[in-house]
Amino acid sequence: MSYSITEPSSRQKWFAGILVIGYALLTLLPLAWIIATGFKTPTDAIAYPPKVVFSPSLEGYVNLFTSRSRVTPEDLAALGPPTTWYDAIVRQYDMVINGPSRYGERFMNSVIIGFGSTFLSVFLGTIAAYAFSRFKVPLKDDLLFFILSTRMMPPIAVAIPIFLMYRQLGLSDTHLGMILLYTAVNLSLSVWLLKGFIDEIPIEYEEAALIDGYTRFQAFYKVVLPQAATGIASTAIFCLIFSWNEYAFAVLLTSGTAQTAPPFIPTIIGSGGKDWPAVAAGATLFLLPIMIFTILLRKHLLRGITFGAVRK
Amino acid sequence: MSDHLAQRVASATPPKLARRIRGVSDRTIAWLFVTPTILLLLAVNIFPLIWTIRLSLTNFRTNRPNNPVEFVGIENYRKILTNPDTWASLQATAHFLIWTIVLQVVIGFTLAYLINKKFRGNDLWTTLIVLPMMLSPAVVGNFWTFLYQPQIGLFNYFIEFISGVDPASFSMIGDVSLAPWTIVLVDTWMWTPFVMLICLAGLRSIPPSIYEAAECDRASKWRQFWTITLPMALPFLMLAVLFRGIENFKMFDLVVQLTGGGPGATTLLTSIDLKREAFEKWRTGFASAYAVILFVTVFGLASIYVKALNKVKDR
Repeated sequence: MSYSITEPSSRQKWFAGILVIGYALLTLLPLAWIIATGFKTPTDAIAYPPKVVFSPSLEGYVNLFTSRSRVTPEDLAALGPPTTWYDAIVRQYDMVINGPSRYGERFMNSVIIGFGSTFLSVFLGTIAAYAFSRFKVPLKDDLLFFILSTRMMPPIAVAIPIFLMYRQLGLSDTHLGMILLYTAVNLSLSVWLLKGFIDEIPIEYEEAALIDGYTRFQAFYKVVLPQAATGIASTAIFCLIFSWNEYAFAVLLTSGTAQTAPPFIPTIIGSGGKDWPAVAAGATLFLLPIMIFTILLRKHLLRGITFGAVRK
Repeated sequence: MSDHLAQRVASATPPKLARRIRGVSDRTIAWLFVTPTILLLLAVNIFPLIWTIRLSLTNFRTNRPNNPVEFVGIENYRKILTNPDTWASLQATAHFLIWTIVLQVVIGFTLAYLINKKFRGNDLWTTLIVLPMMLSPAVVGNFWTFLYQPQIGLFNYFIEFISGVDPASFSMIGDVSLAPWTIVLVDTWMWTPFVMLICLAGLRSIPPSIYEAAECDRASKWRQFWTITLPMALPFLMLAVLFRGIENFKMFDLVVQLTGGGPGATTLLTSIDLKREAFEKWRTGFASAYAVILFVTVFGLASIYVKALNKVKDR
């Protein structure tokens, strides 16, 4: 066996591994607890000592998606036997389902605003990044720095004039208004990340295409775009994650029609105080897609979180 | 890869006719591609910024649109800078900023150092550790208030389990002396992986040949750490601090959900204070001046810091 003086010994590896895994387990515990609480009954959720072993229930999810009201036992008896499994769950508490809750709508708002702003910021970001990467743009460095600096503004500071402006333009609490706003915020990330990705594509490919008679546009979308596909995809996921998680603008500028899930989930309450299983169920459904995306993204994670400043 | 591309390029080459319609010039394309981005940023960032500066010189209140708007000059700025509450909230922000950065740098660097020992499965565990920072701070912060419940919370149970303290005897969120640490703790939980990832990139960028040379010179491991590992990872570490510093100066969502600025004003960070002035008290002119001060502060501090960072990099 070859021996390297810089390779850690197996004892060191064991020691490092145990510490890191210990930290990971501890740090993942709150996330595991969110998922577990979503499957508890309200009684189990607030039991002390906290219940690790419990019989799973879908009550949290039923409460999350329905709005319910209390009825007298006599009225309940008059209704006859419950027709569906979720009816049966609700009736244990002398309640009946009136209709769907607002969670579905809010979740859909998150999807519409998230995907809308992601599409726009990646589209605008790709063409701008291409121009910055390949052409002589006057004041290039200043423009790029300006684009980055927009990210430094505290969202609340930006929200004051945006609030007034949107009221004038009729954009408050609309999907379009939020899409435009998130697009503008995401542009700094998408331009900087994509410029890095496009810089890495050898310019010779385009030159060859141009010599073969391609126009610049054709060279751009037939040669550069396919080469930058991975970069564009990971940029898109980063933009989506930002829009998905954003809270400050959402809570200040939306209240109903265009409200996204982050300001809504904390407001979920039950009949007697906070309904933690329903909150946890809502959080689980909202957080899981991002967990999956993070695992898919792991190779480009570092690049994304540092605006392309650190590349592996 | 390149063969495949060359084939594709060749097969897709348009006929001679197309060559004559040469499309637009590069210069035009450059402008066409850059302009939409610049315009949108002007509309959503620069125009509002100018508006904010203008508002900051008036006594405008959004909830009293019919009141006459008066030009008050730098009165708002004077009021803010002489108001002890502003300084209290800046102090709360500084406490939050300094402790989160210290803890995240220490824990993050240690984790990166350990992961860099390349034990089996380190990639998988790295990805898992990263998960908290990708999630919505508002949603996660809201759930942490459940973990912090004095009677039933998992966190209080955990503390009882390791120290025997009665879980009902302390409230991480309701206690004046604990609350500032509560937000530091949750932010550290969430963002340590960020520092860790950047440090890991720094550690991996150090060529092994340097350690081999040091080993030949019989430098101790301790000395290698202080003269090779740390100085070479320093630019990365400083970059991580820059990002965390800017982000935590702006901090709003996580802390609003956790403590809402309370109890009292113990966790009233500047962003939350600003939100109250602007959207609860509706003192728009006053809040605009506050916003300008915050922006100038973060921009100024960041610029100074970047200069220092570049010096370290060039060394």
